[in-house]
Amino acid sequence: MLGFVARRLLYLVPVLVAVSLLTFLIASLLPGDLAYVILGDQATPEKVAALRHDMGLDQPIWWRYLSWLGHVLQGDFGRSFRTGQTVLQAVAERLPVSIELMLLAEITGLAIGVPLAIACAVRSGSAFDRFMTGTAFGMLSVPAFLAAILLIYLFAVELRWLPATGYVPFAEDPIGNLRFFVLPALTLALAEWPGIMRVLRSDMIATLQEDYIALAKAKGLKASRILFVHALKPSSLTLVTITGINIGRLIGGALIVETIFALPGIGRLLVGAMYTRDLIILQGVVLFVATGFVLMNFIVDMFYAVLDPRIRHGHA
Amino acid sequence: MATLELGIDENVAISAIGRRRRLGPLFWAAIAWMILVFAAAALAGLLPFGPTDMDMLERRAPPSALHWLGNDGLGRDELARLIYGARVSLTVGLCAPIIGITIGGALGMLAGYFRGRFETLVVGSMDVLLAFPPLILALAVTAYLGQSILNLTCILGVLGIPAFMRVARAATLTLARREFVIAAQALGATHARILLRELLPNVILPLFAFFLLGVAVTIVVEGALSFLGLGVPPPVSSWGSMIGEGRESLEMAPRLAFIPAVTMFLTVLSFNLVGDTLRALSDPRQGAL
Repeated sequence: MLGFVARRLLYLVPVLVAVSLLTFLIASLLPGDLAYVILGDQATPEKVAALRHDMGLDQPIWWRYLSWLGHVLQGDFGRSFRTGQTVLQAVAERLPVSIELMLLAEITGLAIGVPLAIACAVRSGSAFDRFMTGTAFGMLSVPAFLAAILLIYLFAVELRWLPATGYVPFAEDPIGNLRFFVLPALTLALAEWPGIMRVLRSDMIATLQEDYIALAKAKGLKASRILFVHALKPSSLTLVTITGINIGRLIGGALIVETIFALPGIGRLLVGAMYTRDLIILQGVVLFVATGFVLMNFIVDMFYAVLDPRIRHGHA
Repeated sequence: MATLELGIDENVAISAIGRRRRLGPLFWAAIAWMILVFAAAALAGLLPFGPTDMDMLERRAPPSALHWLGNDGLGRDELARLIYGARVSLTVGLCAPIIGITIGGALGMLAGYFRGRFETLVVGSMDVLLAFPPLILALAVTAYLGQSILNLTCILGVLGIPAFMRVARAATLTLARREFVIAAQALGATHARILLRELLPNVILPLFAFFLLGVAVTIVVEGALSFLGLGVPPPVSSWGSMIGEGRESLEMAPRLAFIPAVTMFLTVLSFNLVGDTLRALSDPRQGAL
């Protein structure tokens, strides 16, 4: 196991270096000079040249990359030239919101997807199963922002049960905080459950035909115990896989959902930086999110290896 | 990396391609809807209104004999914007996966056929591309390159390359060991001939099925970006930007958001349905739908 972890960690290094290089290149090679962005259109060439020199923009590109990477490794991602806030401050301030959103969304998605998958697997081929499978397939074609519009119209405009936009910190008003999170989390969950259900359902149909399920039935165990304990356990690997694959989609979805529902998370920080062309924040946040994504995938891989010994011994 | 391996079972991959399956009314309904949207987009020039013609007296006017779907918040004809929006969504939705299928398909076939260092390099660089959440990368690059339909298409196309590479590589890996390829090698066929005449015809069907799913995903991503105002620049209409504009008047005229939303949903659903049916045909291990 240790050897496996070490191998995967070694593999992480080139990937992370490449990620930082790509982030840097996107920010540096594409048109749009940072000095012009800061000084505006009326800047004189002398001023621009002076600022470029101050910021080190006149250095060769490989040197700029290395010095930027050096700062990043020391925890200095740069500072917004618009708000004066450092990238790390901005991220630290907004990360809890995004994490709360993604956790609530994934839990809701699992809460909808897993029971439905079990119900469908038990009666596979029945009218209920076919209806739910069809619904899940249809839901896969509903983008997050479509679901968001629909939910806002239904619950905020027509029924007036929940607020459409806004946010209060959990520490100030826990109930209010959760009320603001209901619609955004539900939006993301609506996009999550079909994938969870579809994969888990086909997995469960196979599991339910195993001999040990028949044995459990013969022993007279309760149906609920057989389904939720005996049949669900072998599918845990599948669930981890789906969750891993979902992370990327969740991050993208969170970006849209945070913007629609005005939640002050990482996604909104990024979109805001895009509107104001705050390139330092943009570069820092993209690097931060991509690194986080790589690390999350690494953790998912580790989970895998714990759950399935064949993977860490290289047989799979 | 946590990845979904798309393997094709060696024994059944080829034999089932020719097998007939019932395609069902839903499949044909999806095809009919796709034809309708394509025809509307192609014939958009015949409309009496342009997508940017404003009539300030008719702001949010309900549907009438003149304006079949009414007018939007700036008095523009909703139907005209919907149809011109179809042009944008379909152009981006089709062109971007074409970039992906061409480059990704070629890389995947070469990697799966030649193996070795080249394969390691290709798979490794695709891992880096996959390390970015796609929407984030698309946003970052549009922010620097500027918003235009061409830029959007190129970025979404590049983002699709890794997925197409995987499908092509997985299919090639198993096919390259089959007897007809070995026979061709024994007969002295060149690598180019084996790749183009023996492997390509077999790889193209799973790739094409995946292409249709790619179109659906691209339409959604383009819609999401335009919805946020970071996709196609205004006043160009796209379904995403129409939904975004309609959201402002959700209380007064919800149809302004719902008409493009339903259109987009049906189009994405059609591509998913046809793509998934074709995938099930080319990969008989998974049951249909």
